[in-house]
Amino acid sequence: MTATATKPTTGRSLPDLPERAQWRATLAIAHKELDDAVRSRWFWMWAIAFALLAGVLASVALPGSRIAGSASFGRTAASLVALVQVIVPLMGLTLGAQSIAAQRESGALRFLLSHPVNRTEAFWGFHLGLSAALLAAASAGFGAAGIVTAIRSGGAQAGAFLRITLLAWILVIAMLGVGMFISAFTRRASSALGVAVFVWLAFVFLGDLGLMGTAVATRMPVDALFFATVANPIEAFRLAALGSFVGSLDILGPAGTYAVDALGPALMPVIVGVLVLWMILPSVGAWIRFRTSKDV
Amino acid sequence: MIHIEELTKRYGSLTVLDRFSLDVAEAEAVALWGPNGAGKTTVVRCILGLAGYEGTVHVGGLDAASRGKAVRSHIGYVAQELSFYDDMAVVDVLDFSASLRRIDTGRVDELIDTFRLGDHRRKRIAELSGGLKQRLALASALIPDPPILLLDEPTSSLDAHSREEAIELFEHLRDEGRTILLTTHHMEEMGMLVDRVVAMESGRIVTECAPAELADQLGLRVWLHILLDADSTAKARAALAADGFDARLNAAGIVVEVPAQRKGEALKVLYRAGVEIEDLEVWS
Repeated sequence: MTATATKPTTGRSLPDLPERAQWRATLAIAHKELDDAVRSRWFWMWAIAFALLAGVLASVALPGSRIAGSASFGRTAASLVALVQVIVPLMGLTLGAQSIAAQRESGALRFLLSHPVNRTEAFWGFHLGLSAALLAAASAGFGAAGIVTAIRSGGAQAGAFLRITLLAWILVIAMLGVGMFISAFTRRASSALGVAVFVWLAFVFLGDLGLMGTAVATRMPVDALFFATVANPIEAFRLAALGSFVGSLDILGPAGTYAVDALGPALMPVIVGVLVLWMILPSVGAWIRFRTSKDV
Repeated sequence: MIHIEELTKRYGSLTVLDRFSLDVAEAEAVALWGPNGAGKTTVVRCILGLAGYEGTVHVGGLDAASRGKAVRSHIGYVAQELSFYDDMAVVDVLDFSASLRRIDTGRVDELIDTFRLGDHRRKRIAELSGGLKQRLALASALIPDPPILLLDEPTSSLDAHSREEAIELFEHLRDEGRTILLTTHHMEEMGMLVDRVVAMESGRIVTECAPAELADQLGLRVWLHILLDADSTAKARAALAADGFDARLNAAGIVVEVPAQRKGEALKVLYRAGVEIEDLEVWS
């Protein structure tokens, strides 16, 4: 039976509010996310581990640097790039993967969205707050390495060091976006975390070894090999970072030589552009999914 | 104040709400009553935009689908599952809620006093009891001093004393002229709080009436668990059977099935038969 329970309504109209996203709500949510991250043991574990490893690598790579000059900085930078390409993506992916799914699972998302807040404000609030937390954690690592480098070899390579730092920031936000993309599609935080770890493995190891294996097995042309490599955000970071302090990608063998020949001065902008696309597209995809999903 | 028309909600092939329509007038208190799975909570979630739906929902003349922020700015909501951010302190949750509503934090202090949360201001949410969480949920819902309250099973996690306190508070809020939509499966709460009951089952309205009429309209029955001296049970069962009651033996007495609105009749039979009752419980 479908009945209608009706009682005449009184005609009072309630005041309207603009429906568009407003910065104030986004900032309030970002502030809360940042506070949450800073309270979290995970955040401190990542920040301290990264700072310690970066500081130790810089110390180990710089003995006698006053004599060796830029070659020693090259060792430090190469060590830092190797560290960043393993740890920073994992930081971004895991924090991003837990963001929406964990709040959805605990019911906190329902509490938040029962306020006069729209989903765009909520999503970008999460993103902004987590980005700030991750940038702080990444900066702690680079700060430790930077202090050691500055003390032991002076500020001669400060520009290259800052460029690597900036690329690491882009990488961590790109990985946060990928993590949030996973989170927007997953109902359980543990599932999101599992997928994030798998994606990390795919980017870090399968992307590298898998690509080499595929290239050998299929006799992949050198141009395809280069573009397949660059499509991986971690590889793009590595190439951009190496290029920023070595000055040329010839050291990367045939693919590097091909890239330098084919793209010339556009090479670095192309690689950095790929990283920037990774920073934007997954985040936008996650936002669209979150905004259009019907049920919280 | 709340106008719902042909509201339908499906999860895959499962229809949770089926062309549900309801009007709630300004300052009216209405209860959605029904068993678990009847669709009560889904109605509340649709009003708040927490669930997608077919049909229309208007609150104070505003379309809940396209003016969700505006609608929510006029609503105080207490959820069935009290979920906040577990690592946040009580005062931080209220400050956050106030900041999202652009309300001065002075209001937070006022509500902390009203709900006697002062001793718990700095406690983490995870450390709070069910009763304290409930008070926090109500304090948060009342931050904007909303004209409309959506209370989803608001006493479900409370002990008897806290429940009594909560009902007193709801009566006060109702008397202030707020529009209240309450979901519950407690008959006694409805009797005290609401003007009208909408009984639901499987996403549809079964009946609509005053709270006192619901049990009769639905033919609801309850069980009286009557504790007796062991020697009196046979006499009690015989007296009740003679008056048409079905009384069964129980470890500590007898259990009698009666219409919900006529519990007294079974007791009168026992009184007339001279059976002394030691204690009584009502099971619904």
